[in-house]
Amino acid sequence: MSSLAKAIATGDLTQLPSRRDEDWRWTDLRGLLRTLPPKPDHAEVTTEGPFAALGGDVFLVPNGFVEGFTHIEGGPDNPVAQLRFVAAEAGSIATTVLVAVRSGQTLTLLESYEAQADGAVSDIALDIQVAEGGRLERIVLAADRAESVTVSTAAVTLAPGASYAQTILTSGARRQRIETRVSHPGQGASVRLDGAYLLHEQRHADTTSVVTHSGLGGVTSQLTKGVVEGQARGVFQGRIVVERGADQTDARMGHHALILSDKAEIDAKPELLIFADDVQCAHGNTVGALDENALFYARQRGMPFEVARAMLTQAFVGEVVDRIEHEGAREIAAAWVAEQLGRGQ
Amino acid sequence: MNSMLSITNLHATVADKPILQGLTLDVPAGEVHAIMGPNGAGKSTLGYVLTGRPGYEVTGGTATLDGEDLFALDPNERAAKGMFLSFQYPLEIPGVPALTFIRTALNAQRKARGEDEISAPAFLKLARETAASLKIDFDMLKRALNVGFSGGEKKRMEIFQMAMLSPRFLILDETDSGLDIDALRIVSEGVNAMRSPDRAMLVITHYQRLLDYIKPDRVHVLSAGRIVASGGPELALELEREGYDKYAQVAA
Ligand SMILES: Nc1ncnc2c1ncn2[C@@H]1O[C@H](COP(=O)(O)OP(=O)(O)OP(=O)(O)O)[C@@H](O)[C@H]1O
Ligand SMILES: [Mg+2]
Repeated sequence: MSSLAKAIATGDLTQLPSRRDEDWRWTDLRGLLRTLPPKPDHAEVTTEGPFAALGGDVFLVPNGFVEGFTHIEGGPDNPVAQLRFVAAEAGSIATTVLVAVRSGQTLTLLESYEAQADGAVSDIALDIQVAEGGRLERIVLAADRAESVTVSTAAVTLAPGASYAQTILTSGARRQRIETRVSHPGQGASVRLDGAYLLHEQRHADTTSVVTHSGLGGVTSQLTKGVVEGQARGVFQGRIVVERGADQTDARMGHHALILSDKAEIDAKPELLIFADDVQCAHGNTVGALDENALFYARQRGMPFEVARAMLTQAFVGEVVDRIEHEGAREIAAAWVAEQLGRGQ
Repeated sequence: MNSMLSITNLHATVADKPILQGLTLDVPAGEVHAIMGPNGAGKSTLGYVLTGRPGYEVTGGTATLDGEDLFALDPNERAAKGMFLSFQYPLEIPGVPALTFIRTALNAQRKARGEDEISAPAFLKLARETAASLKIDFDMLKRALNVGFSGGEKKRMEIFQMAMLSPRFLILDETDSGLDIDALRIVSEGVNAMRSPDRAMLVITHYQRLLDYIKPDRVHVLSAGRIVASGGPELALELEREGYDKYAQVAA
């Protein structure tokens, strides 16, 4: 149970993570939340989610109420599941969903956080299991509001030979943490963990991940890109642990961010903790401004500043979008990026 | 003289260092003027100042296009008025296919001029025809602009963009450098095809050879930030023979 979930369950605000907790130092909740709003009632959801066009079964979690299902599973021919966490009203929500992809099954999980009212404090926990030879692609679109507080924690357990791919797309919130913890057994299992955070005004988004390699020859490929403007703050914490005996692990982590205003901020902490031999591990972390020369080149060709900037930032984030395997989801992601970066309208 | 581009006593600095120091030049509509001059004289600086590159500060003098003050306009506004610079060192634009880049630029220019966007089929047709005339492989236009292109390919892409955007005032900054013999001819034909009574060009080059293909009306020598000599096409031949020695003294 996350510390926010504990605080919601007990009403004890001292359970909340604070700046003094090493893993939460850039995402302080204790200083932010002086009270927790009461639990909301069940709500009817009449809107469509961002992935509606892609069909599949819809799993609704309105105001934290898991509605009519016990868990989500895969199938033999790559079914699509829309998992919609809808915060329809103000209130504190703590909820857990189980996703189990059995041996040989596949699943495309399209997960959305849809905040429809201010004042929602949400704790979302996912327990994700992928059995031997199973494949899961999870795409998270976090459409919170400027006033939302959201913590989402996915605990992912993989069996040998399993494949897990994830892309988190977020426009941030008042405070938002999307965390993924992967237990990686190696032995043919592979992981892709990607993300894009596009933040403006005073939004905050924290993408945290821990991948623990415990077996031979595991593969992890991680790419997160961020664009921050206004007074926004992007946080990236990526930890890859290669345990003793997890030899021949191949793990690569990249985090690259663009800062578009001098009041915006990026805090990044990529970590590789390696206790095995003969591994191929690397990380790259860059934070910078848009290329002034490219910007001038585009403007010389006639593009106004905003158009040129949107084009270049969109291209920067495009690499993350291109890695999404599900074609329909990739198109929705591309449209979302274009809209966030101001060229979609 | 009724000049399309008129530059008077232009002074400009780069990083507080004076580069252009009293440059005066007039280019009438319909004419092609060549600019030659030693390395570091300020030729590229002139192109950047006219197109509004950040970091190039105008400290005195004027420049007008069709009588309109260029320095009062943003770079993209100047482009929409028809200014085009073929860069000495074209930039790479990762993640943006050449066609996307050019269509975005073309539509931005059209919007600025109050025209409708070009339709996708019309744009593709224009791109195919233009690519064929410049012997550019159409597949190259689907790649990220200039990323991994050879030096010569980048120069060809500059001319492709120019042909697509159809500007009214063209500045070619050493477009010939890096081109192979066939490419030089093809690119020159592309440039010549754009000569018209309501267009004008400034062709910056080190080599007389380009001027065999693109015949200039006037040739100017730019040295130490000023035009120190002007003449007909024969001036380029003289420079080829004798170098810039005597102009370096004039400028000093
Ligand atoms: N950022 C800068 N800081 C200082 N000096 C600069 C800067 N950029 C350009 N210069 C100087 O400005 C001068 C003019 O440069 P410019 O590129 O205009 O020359 P050019 O005539 O085009 O030369 P070439 O024939 O070699 O292309 C050079 O002495 C150059 O070193
Ligand atoms: Mg130059």
